[in-house]
Amino acid sequence: MTVVGMTGDEAVAYAVKQSKVDIVAAYPITPQTIMVERFSKYVADGEVQTEYVCVESEHSAMSACVGASLTGARVFTATSSQGLALMHEMLYIASGLRCPIVMGVANRALSAPINIHGDHSDMMGSRDSGWIQIYAENGQEAYDWTVMAFKIAEDLKVQLPVSVNLDGFIITHCVEGVDTLEDAAVNQFLQTRKPLFMLDPDKPITLGALCFTDYYFEFKRQQVEAMQNVGEVLDKACKEYKGVANRNYSVLETFGMEDAEAAIICLGSTAGTAREVARKLRAEGKKVGVVKLWLYRPFPTEEINATFRHVKALAVFDRAISFGAPYGALCSDVVSALHTLAEKPKIFNVIFGLGGRDIKPSDIEAVFNEALETARTGVVKEETMFVGVRE
Amino acid sequence: MTSEEKKQGWKSLPIGAAVLEPGSSLKYKTGDWRAFKPVVDKEKCINCFFCWIYCPDAALVRKEEGIEINYDYCKGCGICAKECPKEAIKMVEAQK
Repeated sequence: MTVVGMTGDEAVAYAVKQSKVDIVAAYPITPQTIMVERFSKYVADGEVQTEYVCVESEHSAMSACVGASLTGARVFTATSSQGLALMHEMLYIASGLRCPIVMGVANRALSAPINIHGDHSDMMGSRDSGWIQIYAENGQEAYDWTVMAFKIAEDLKVQLPVSVNLDGFIITHCVEGVDTLEDAAVNQFLQTRKPLFMLDPDKPITLGALCFTDYYFEFKRQQVEAMQNVGEVLDKACKEYKGVANRNYSVLETFGMEDAEAAIICLGSTAGTAREVARKLRAEGKKVGVVKLWLYRPFPTEEINATFRHVKALAVFDRAISFGAPYGALCSDVVSALHTLAEKPKIFNVIFGLGGRDIKPSDIEAVFNEALETARTGVVKEETMFVGVRE
Repeated sequence: MTSEEKKQGWKSLPIGAAVLEPGSSLKYKTGDWRAFKPVVDKEKCINCFFCWIYCPDAALVRKEEGIEINYDYCKGCGICAKECPKEAIKMVEAQK
């Protein structure tokens, strides 16, 4: 293992290089650009055997990836924001045709007004597209999850595309020490993809045929089943990866949850700040905890229920708005997951960080104090708090 | 697929709607989509085969003795009737 200073984008590109990807078709977009730039350099320098397909748009990028994946190839692409939005149609085709494509997503706000900075509006807008969604907290996690993503995606029980999400700029452009594996270790962990069937002129099959009222529903039901299999496959991949990298991964990571009365749940880089604040508050004797959700789709309902069962108050952090909905996407999911429990926390939603607006330790401390107050009184003062916005 | 065929459930169907057997579209008789059926009046037909040229589904078959319609695949679009210069093809509401 070697610790290398690299940005989150570079960490993803390096993981893809080591994962021996057959095809990459991608279109550059800020703040994902470095992922494809670095990777195209590996191709140009002959460091990889990958076929790099230059395309004219993200719609074409995903289309090329779908075609490549159906031939049995290992495929990677990357995008962000407007690029992901342009891909939207093809996202459903990738999941519907069961293409285990891995995609790096540098999370960025959607226009209008135009903005290039980090929030989760892009991927949350695609949350029903049938893609597995993983959120990384830092460059190290982006590297590790990218390697693991191929294993999870290509498992025959799953065969679904995976997005590895990194907060735009905060992770994509921040240089950190990333503990990389030796090529041999990655090759051992990730063997050559073995597809169930693939396009082969000697054994002709049809993919992408028309399905009407009489068959369409059955194939959607199969996708549900594949999503349900993700938990088990991911668990196995994480255990195996621990053997290789000696780092622990799962569907979520907890801090201080053994005795927490008030907790925060969030995705991505915010977890690091939240943990730091929680550490300080716990030193002051306040029983607070943090849950970082690594796996957002499929939503790990069981683990969420087990984690929050005895918590009195819970603040759910959403870095995206679902306009007109009762809550942000993550909060809606958390509320849905917990609704079957007899004893459950009082929940409120925190909308924050849109368009890359900073979330400061003082903001998070204020939310913790609000959650502690809710835990004490049992009353939610505000269903949705907008943190960091000017009145 | 035709209605008499037993349809598989999601557990046994190949994943991702893959069709593993080549040429299986022949089994998909699209004729039952038809609401109107083309009928050729052999008296009026001059064997120009415009209908055969225009049929988008290759459901008109050119035979030595004249045109023949393959009702297994004719969806009843009516293009043949529209293009026939002798109005020898009529679209009639009929049983499939």
